Amino acid sequence: MIEISEAQIQAVRSDFPILSRNIYGKPLIYFDNAATTQKPKAVIDAISNYYLNDNANVHRGVHYLSQHATAAFEDVRRKVADFVHAGSASEIVFTRGATEAINLVAWAYGETFLDEGDEIIVSELEHHSNIVPWQVACERKKATLKVVGVTPEGEIDLEMLGRLISGRTKMVAVSHISNTLGTINPVAEIVNMAHASNVPVFIDGAQGLSHGPVNVQELGCDFYAFSAHKMYGPMGIGGLYGKRSWLEAMQPYQLGGEMIDRVTFEKTTFNEIPYKFEAGTPNVADVMGLAAAIDYLNMLGWDFIAARENDLLQYATTRLQQVEGVKIIGNAAHKAAIVSFLIEGIHYFDAGTILDHLGIAVRTGSHCTQPLMDSIGINGTLRASMAFYNTRYEIDVLIDGLNRVKALFA
Amino acid sequence: MTINETINQLIKEFNQFDDWMDKYNYLIEMGRSVPLIDETQKTDSNLITGCQSRVWLSSEYKDGIIYFTADSDAVITKGIAYLLIRVFSGHTPAEIIEAETTFLDQIGLKEHLSPTRSNGLLSMVKQIKMYAFAYQVKEKNS
Repeated sequence: MIEISEAQIQAVRSDFPILSRNIYGKPLIYFDNAATTQKPKAVIDAISNYYLNDNANVHRGVHYLSQHATAAFEDVRRKVADFVHAGSASEIVFTRGATEAINLVAWAYGETFLDEGDEIIVSELEHHSNIVPWQVACERKKATLKVVGVTPEGEIDLEMLGRLISGRTKMVAVSHISNTLGTINPVAEIVNMAHASNVPVFIDGAQGLSHGPVNVQELGCDFYAFSAHKMYGPMGIGGLYGKRSWLEAMQPYQLGGEMIDRVTFEKTTFNEIPYKFEAGTPNVADVMGLAAAIDYLNMLGWDFIAARENDLLQYATTRLQQVEGVKIIGNAAHKAAIVSFLIEGIHYFDAGTILDHLGIAVRTGSHCTQPLMDSIGINGTLRASMAFYNTRYEIDVLIDGLNRVKALFA
Repeated sequence: MTINETINQLIKEFNQFDDWMDKYNYLIEMGRSVPLIDETQKTDSNLITGCQSRVWLSSEYKDGIIYFTADSDAVITKGIAYLLIRVFSGHTPAEIIEAETTFLDQIGLKEHLSPTRSNGLLSMVKQIKMYAFAYQVKEKNS
């Protein structure tokens, strides 16, 4: 583990302008990073610089600005491919985010490969985004959605997964990291299990890509979806890694400009991948922001990020366990810096409302994982999700806040 | 007391607090001490689901007047639900339909009625108005 000084932490914090603002007159303590991370100034500048100096529509433009924008846009595709270690930039499709990437595959793969009686497996701890598109694809194709359960610790039940995979299974769709419990799922093992039965694997990496390096080739997964805004980049942009063979075989998802090869009123032929899946003018400005976010993360390095997040997770877990009546929900052996918890006898909405007035941003509720909440037998939790720019001091302030909440509602 | 008089009364009550904590303390007290809904009325059909906290709202129509009771699983939500009951319960459908619902702004609790809060309170206000419309239509047709 690397040593990190207080000065280094403060230097990183100063890269994020929003972290110095006050909320209700108190310094902002931002513990809602699993919902969206804050953006470093480099990302904000990249977007504004694009509109100030470089704005033009990409592809097929003959003029300077268009060619310049196209080159920059395609450079970012390569940067993303390198970031997730994809074999080729053409296996990276830009989308609005992880949700659109999941919808893309659930629809396009479903239309192409899913038949009546087939099965798709999702896990109990999935975000609604990695449930509903598959559920509706199954309804459309008269296929069946199967659900692999979660252990009391909050880990996917691999034994059960082994039993569920059958000759009719057409996809296993699981998240890399649970947005509610913080569980880091054993995705490599899941890929091996599924591939042993020739079943492709879709990984919802919305929470995955900000916490550690991802190597899709080493993992061997067939698809990996991500959102830029959860990895310090802008909202409204994200992407899908898909193995070339799948992307080439799948029907296009949305139709329009850019994704076509030749259009006549009799017949349209489609462009090659990845353009086949990128109908319409893309969100170029935010792609530039995404590039800046990747540069920023590369500059910090995964060693720094992992060291910070591990320290915060351990410290928050220890401090929370010391508060009487606090129960941590999700105790997986491998966790990202996300902690869900409840305070005995106090509704999470009441607690969250008071914490908010103390300048502390936590999330309360079901975190878009209602089936998981049902399986645990609760309606929701308080969730503190941390990023490398958070500090131990902020966790101390959260603990003080929880003690105030307890006094208020006792 | 008319709806406007109750609203003015509430504004006066809340104006005595400078500190947000005192305001919430007062709400929490109200949420705690007031018996709201009959347990038998805490049914799924009376449940207004919000993402954050659940609110039950029940209504009774007697001699041209609507009486509301409510409850919530969160104390702050319950306190605010009680404020809504104080304002709207015991009035005619016409009075309720015409009433302004902006008073939570004036007592500094506006954020609890914003659609993004999704704690069931905005739905509760809508439901109160819906009941008033329904009873008014029923009255005209009878």
